[in-house]
Amino acid sequence: MEQFLDPLLIVTLALNFVALGVSRLRAVISAVALQGIVLGVLPLLVHPEIGWRGIALVGVTIGIKGIVIPRFLIHAMREANIQHEVRPVMNFMMSLLLGAIGTGLAMAFSFTLPLLKEHEHALLVPASLATAWTGFLMLTTRKKAIMQVLGYLLLENGIFLFGLLLLEAIPFLVEVGVLLDLFTAVFVMGIIIHHISREFASISTEHLSELKE
Amino acid sequence: MAYLLVAFPLAMAAVTFAAPSNRWRPWLLPAGGLAHLALVLWAIFQPAEGSLPAVVGLGGWLLLDALGKVVLGFLAVLFFLCSLYAPGYLALRSDRPNRVFCANLFASQAMMTLVTLSHHLGLMWVAMEATTLVSSPSIYFNHNPRSLEATWKYLLIGSVGIALALFGSFFLAYSSVMAGLESTLLFDQLIDEAPYLSPPWLHAAFALLFVGYGTKMGLAPMHTWKPDAYGEAPGLVGTLLAGGVTSCAFLAILRVYQICRAGPEGEIARQIMVSMGLLSMAIAAVFMVRQRDFKRMLAYSSVEHMGILVMGIGVGGLAVYGALLHLINNGLAKGVMFLSAGNIHRAYGSKLTDHVQGAIRRVPLSGTLFLAGFIAITGAPPFGPFVSEFTIVNAALNDGQYIAGALFLLLLGVVFIGMGATVLAVVEGKPASESHFSGLRDSISTGAPVLLFMALVLMLGFYIPPPLESLLKDAAALLEANP
Repeated sequence: MEQFLDPLLIVTLALNFVALGVSRLRAVISAVALQGIVLGVLPLLVHPEIGWRGIALVGVTIGIKGIVIPRFLIHAMREANIQHEVRPVMNFMMSLLLGAIGTGLAMAFSFTLPLLKEHEHALLVPASLATAWTGFLMLTTRKKAIMQVLGYLLLENGIFLFGLLLLEAIPFLVEVGVLLDLFTAVFVMGIIIHHISREFASISTEHLSELKE
Repeated sequence: MAYLLVAFPLAMAAVTFAAPSNRWRPWLLPAGGLAHLALVLWAIFQPAEGSLPAVVGLGGWLLLDALGKVVLGFLAVLFFLCSLYAPGYLALRSDRPNRVFCANLFASQAMMTLVTLSHHLGLMWVAMEATTLVSSPSIYFNHNPRSLEATWKYLLIGSVGIALALFGSFFLAYSSVMAGLESTLLFDQLIDEAPYLSPPWLHAAFALLFVGYGTKMGLAPMHTWKPDAYGEAPGLVGTLLAGGVTSCAFLAILRVYQICRAGPEGEIARQIMVSMGLLSMAIAAVFMVRQRDFKRMLAYSSVEHMGILVMGIGVGGLAVYGALLHLINNGLAKGVMFLSAGNIHRAYGSKLTDHVQGAIRRVPLSGTLFLAGFIAITGAPPFGPFVSEFTIVNAALNDGQYIAGALFLLLLGVVFIGMGATVLAVVEGKPASESHFSGLRDSISTGAPVLLFMALVLMLGFYIPPPLESLLKDAAALLEANP
């Protein structure tokens, strides 16, 4: 099973670039949803003998990251009637370039960190850092509230990837807590998106610029 | 016992949410606040059974140690005093439904209690995230575009911070896996294992956890949500955020610091704390000069005092005691400032110094308290913050950390001048045109709780009750314990 791990991680990295380089919201939501599903499968590959707890984790992860949250976001998107990220703070070419640089640096940095023997060969750590970095980039350079939520999801996905190294060490409760918190965070953000769209007739956070020095 | 401390405010949140009357619902807050305070005091003064602490739960995941006692006790007092203010305030805002607001206050109190009880890195993280989530709707209480913007920033920046903290927690866990130790996230075991943890991972973990929880605490340069959130939230929520949520985040940093101090990274962690503390003070000082919005000014004051807290811990020795005492002093003084600022804001319908002048004539009680609160918070005798700040600077100078001590004094001076200009502009002078006067004057219900806050700040300047002092000493000893 382990031979599938690296190809799937490369898919994850590729999806990062899709999310960074596309302006259609629908496409970005799909990319993040697909990444969520890929991530959900990974525990099976990292720890083939994970038992019922692992199976449950796989189900919950795919359910929340791959289905519930994306549907929620598509709903928010329809409600607010927007399709595109119009004018990001930084153009798409530039953010792709920064994403690539970040991914390269993540590779370089992760080779300086000592790893256990059984984790050494896999791309888990660089993929985790690169995905978190992509999320960070989207959070800071996009103006649409939904895009920022998607960036936050990518950031959480990066953290989830790292969590795979600790699947045996971290009790289940924490993992569920992670997913649950993620869900509620998006839920609350969704409500606020709703309010933004009602208040400003658009969900661009550009309008949220009255408060500054 | 441990479960009850968390379950009680949660149950109160449910009761409050179910209560039908918008008019009577706010009175549940002081009732619940008082009962929770009583519970907390009872828990704190339970004698330990042999070597085991009295309040434990979930197989050691919940545990009330000296450090937790200081923060939890303070949170309960703060919440009770704020809840006294709530009915009067909400009566003035009877146009707004307060169901979600009141229920959220109880829910955040429950989550903050859980943070102080958590003795497990993962559980503490979950509680911290939950605190962020449940406190954000209160910022949006006014339901206008500005408060919406503030809530969005608070939620987004807070969530990113908390995400980084989770990353750091994972790194910390991996550092123990790496060292071939039985991996655990319980604090006591992590402290025991600290000397053997893998240094590169531990180092990265401390950086991420410090930045993550530092964001929640509002340390510069991760403080950008603070002026917006404190500026737009009701004064009551500002007090609970500036005194409560930030204290919880500070506690989280202290837990991590405890682990690092016991390990090979202690000295680096110490230096990071001192330099980041001074940076926060410096940035706050810069933004406080010529600040026209007096509620945003309070936010920068909060950034400054968070800096003082981490710097005090970094200096070490007696300064640790000073920093823990300052946690209490700052929180109480912030109560005076935020609530009186809220009263002034309401009387004038503005929070800009262009419109607000002569507060001491128009709302004498709130104006006077605002001025007194300013004198207290900037560290002038005879108030509490003077004692704690003096302890910190004294410890720094005695320990030979002259540069840190001198910078500390210099920045306090700059802040005093910067903040003073704004506060005096609000308090002094002739009230401007009648157009900026809403007709609301001082009343007992919104004035008396602020007076109580002020009385406590004044008392801590002269007299620290012996039980509090011994608690603070125990907590400081935990942080200063030599591995």
